[in-house]
Amino acid sequence: MSLLRLRNLSVEFATTGGRFRAVDQVDLDVDKGDVLAIVGESGSGKSVSMLALMGLLPWTAKVTADEMVFDGHDLSKMSARARRKIVGKDLAMIFQEPMSSLNPCFTVGFQIREALRIHLGMDRRAAQARALELFELVGIPDPEQRLKAFPHQMSGGMNQRVMIAMAISCSPKLLIADEPTTALDVTIQAQILDLLVRLRDETGMGLVLITHDMGVVAETAQRVSVHYAGQKVEEQPVRPLFRSPHHPYTSALLAALPERATDKRLPTIPGVVPGQFDRPQGCLFSPRCPYADDHCRKVPPAPRGPDLGLARCHYPLNTDERLAS
Amino acid sequence: MLRYVLSRFATFLPTFIGVTLISFAFIRVLPGDPIIVMAGERGMSQERYDELVIQFGFDRPVLVQYWEYLTGVLQGDLGTSYVTKRPVWDEFFALFPATLELSICAMIFAVALGLPAGVIAAMNRGKFYDRALMSTALIGYSMPIFWWALLLIIVFSGNLGWTPVSGRIDLLYYFPDTTGFMLIDSLLSGQSGAFTSAVRHLILPTIVLGTIPLAVIARQTRSAMLEVLGEDYIRTARAKGLPPGRINGIHALRNALIPVITVIGLSVGTLLAGAILTETIFSWPGIGKWMVDSIFRRDYPVVQGGLLLIAVMVMVVNLTVDLLYGLINPKIRKR
Amino acid sequence: MDHALSKEVETQVEQRPGRLREFWFYFRENRGAVFGFWIFVAFVIVAATAPWIAPHDPTQQFREFALIPPVWQEGGNWSFPLGTDPLGRDMLSRLLNGARYSFFVGIVVVVVAASGGILLGLLAGFSPKWLDALIMRLMDIILAFPSLLLALVLVAILGPSLTNAMIAIAIVLQPHYVRLTRASVIGELGKDYVTSARVAGAGLWRLMFVTVLPNCLAPIIVQAALSFSTAILDAAALGFLGMGAQPPTPEWGTMLAEAREFILRAWWVVTLPGLAILITVLAINLMGDGLRDALDPKLKRS
Ligand SMILES: Nc1ncnc2c1ncn2[C@@H]1O[C@H](COP(=O)(O)OP(=O)(O)OP(=O)(O)O)[C@@H](O)[C@H]1O
Ligand code: SF4
Ligand SMILES: [Mg+2]
Repeated sequence: MSLLRLRNLSVEFATTGGRFRAVDQVDLDVDKGDVLAIVGESGSGKSVSMLALMGLLPWTAKVTADEMVFDGHDLSKMSARARRKIVGKDLAMIFQEPMSSLNPCFTVGFQIREALRIHLGMDRRAAQARALELFELVGIPDPEQRLKAFPHQMSGGMNQRVMIAMAISCSPKLLIADEPTTALDVTIQAQILDLLVRLRDETGMGLVLITHDMGVVAETAQRVSVHYAGQKVEEQPVRPLFRSPHHPYTSALLAALPERATDKRLPTIPGVVPGQFDRPQGCLFSPRCPYADDHCRKVPPAPRGPDLGLARCHYPLNTDERLAS
Repeated sequence: MLRYVLSRFATFLPTFIGVTLISFAFIRVLPGDPIIVMAGERGMSQERYDELVIQFGFDRPVLVQYWEYLTGVLQGDLGTSYVTKRPVWDEFFALFPATLELSICAMIFAVALGLPAGVIAAMNRGKFYDRALMSTALIGYSMPIFWWALLLIIVFSGNLGWTPVSGRIDLLYYFPDTTGFMLIDSLLSGQSGAFTSAVRHLILPTIVLGTIPLAVIARQTRSAMLEVLGEDYIRTARAKGLPPGRINGIHALRNALIPVITVIGLSVGTLLAGAILTETIFSWPGIGKWMVDSIFRRDYPVVQGGLLLIAVMVMVVNLTVDLLYGLINPKIRKR
Repeated sequence: MDHALSKEVETQVEQRPGRLREFWFYFRENRGAVFGFWIFVAFVIVAATAPWIAPHDPTQQFREFALIPPVWQEGGNWSFPLGTDPLGRDMLSRLLNGARYSFFVGIVVVVVAASGGILLGLLAGFSPKWLDALIMRLMDIILAFPSLLLALVLVAILGPSLTNAMIAIAIVLQPHYVRLTRASVIGELGKDYVTSARVAGAGLWRLMFVTVLPNCLAPIIVQAALSFSTAILDAAALGFLGMGAQPPTPEWGTMLAEAREFILRAWWVVTLPGLAILITVLAINLMGDGLRDALDPKLKRS
């Protein structure tokens, strides 16, 4: 039984231009100790799918799923109150912008103790002691003083450490990190990633890492899920994915990756992810796909089997017959 | 923080000078000769006139006149009322407690109802309570308060006979001014019924004066709350699994209060202006009524002095609000 | 992002509904605003046609019919549908004609305050620091006085009349436009399109009025709606205090002042003019809220 099991997750936003499907029939599984990377261009619904899991979307969003099972609980069928017992405790998330993700009006100490007191019922002293311990764990120097600081008095890297400390405060079983390093300096980025991997090793929690950085994917992840325009288009373990991508989109991503990546950002492919007003009828990637034909443009492809990386493509790449020909 | 305080003072001083200039100019731009106006119907002899010109210093250069006016003002000399012959300064501070008492009550009324209304509306965004509260607030915001006062008088004083129509207390009671606040003085006097009478006199003026600030506070609280609820740190708070009451009541409200407190502070100025209408209608012996009466009586030194004092008071209030804003906003405080 | 991508983003933006259509979409979605808009239209029509649709001359006194109640009450009379005032003047005719004064006050005050304020605001935004500081301090000085008090004193200096009341209110309201315009001008000045217009050699005047001003209009329009209602309220308040329009002008605030002593005897002479003020101001404020929501992208949902 996997730790997290998502089946047919879809999210629709009510916008002034009508309904907009930001996440479309996504399946995902994460096990204990797993590191799953989710990659994809901006706007491919990576954040929204994870926010849906956490129940953090605004009221304009409508979330549907056949299964949304975490640690044996079906989150989609739970009351909000019951769900709050899990979210923040066993299921935690950190965000892209550490500076704006912490409340400017309270000290970071207050914000970290709060979670401890609510979920674990600690008293002030116990919470303070645990907060100190956590700050040391995430490598914040001079923790006693830092606990009294306000978020805007610290650097982005420090704030992200605070966010991580807060997220792991109740020893979660799964931590979702949504581009945790995008807003930070390059040197800090590596430190934060090392910290996350170390914590995973020490606690055995599952880790979902949303990122733009293929270098990070290669170094840290075990499995990779590639998302495009709200859909999961391919999923494979890291090595096979880099060696033999099956979906043309994945292939384009990797092909655009320079040999020695100096700019570690996700490489760009000509064209743009379809938005609300220009969703193609058939395969969503067809306007940008070099292999697209009329069939692709008319009929949306269904995911292939696990041997083909679950690729959503009529003509997957690197199949045996193609290799043969 | 120090830089913030200094920059606030740096804009305060020139404004203060400007305000004194305006009130100084006031008597000189009046149509007609102020001395003749002062003499009223009776007229006066040429000798007396010349005497007064010298007494008021109208024969000297304007700059010298202004300098004397300014130094006089700084020592609390605002001239003497034509009508009562008492110093304007003394009159002002004799009447000020009445206005202050009324304003404080109105403010308490407005905040006590406006803050919760705004929070409730924001939490129920788009639903029934939001619509009902915000429609009411918009009506309050659009209210001609002089008419609102008359309506309340018709219903509560006329039809129901619950509340008196004018003044601060029944003429039955008499006791010396100790604090100038009728609520406190009536308690101190120990006369039975005095306090109740004072309260009953206060109710309608408080509602009338508090109506617009109430509406403004409710609307501001709602929009500040909505803005804050869209912030990343609220998402973090929800990601921590905090209950909604805690998220709205602590994490959101604490941030939303920053702009709301500014609005509350700034509406103190509005209150003093609103007091002009309210005090006139309810014959409330405060500075608003005093100003209106003086304008009608052409008691120009009073108008001039009152204008200056009220403006300075509003400026001091606004400065305090600015400094307070620096204090409650950790981003400024800890710089 | 690379060039090809950003170009495609641009074309995509163009496919979206145009700005005006989008504005109308948001405005129409707000039912209160549309409601307010229609009431305002009715108000404007009444103001324009009052002399013809009013059954009587608003100042004509029917002495034998003083203080007649509205028709639905006992003693009502169909020739005076909303009753008469203490001098026997027809309430309905006075109310309808009162709309003219209120509308006139609103228009004149907004035009005067807005044009003066926008000019000063543009000047402050574009001028060197000392002039900017001078203008803003001047505005601070005006704002230091409670607006109604300042208007009252100004009218006391100029003499009580509707014209002077309008001048006073316009002076009192103008600093808001100055601040608003200056703030948005300064916000716009840093943007690329202004720099490119500068580089292209646009003169100062062109830069001010053709390049920058149109992009600052949204908040100014909202402010115009709000000060329209403030102007009506303040003019009525001045009239109520005897410092605005003078009797027998059928201005709503002045009517209220005249009716005060009959407050407990004849509810209609007090209730109706105030109700007229409230409904007009409420309609304009509803519309102003709708304008603000439709023009302010921050509050839009999605
Ligand atoms: N509240 C919302 N209302 C409407 N649309 C939304 C909302 N939030 C996100 N979207 C849309 O959903 C789509 C997916 O957004 P999402 O943030 O998940 O992308 P992402 O893959 O995380 O991109 P990035 O790499 O930039 O973070 C985007 O097109 C976005 O415009
Ligand atoms: S289905 Fe066709 S268009 Fe879509 S990715 Fe596969 S080959 Fe390309
Ligand atoms: Mg994202």
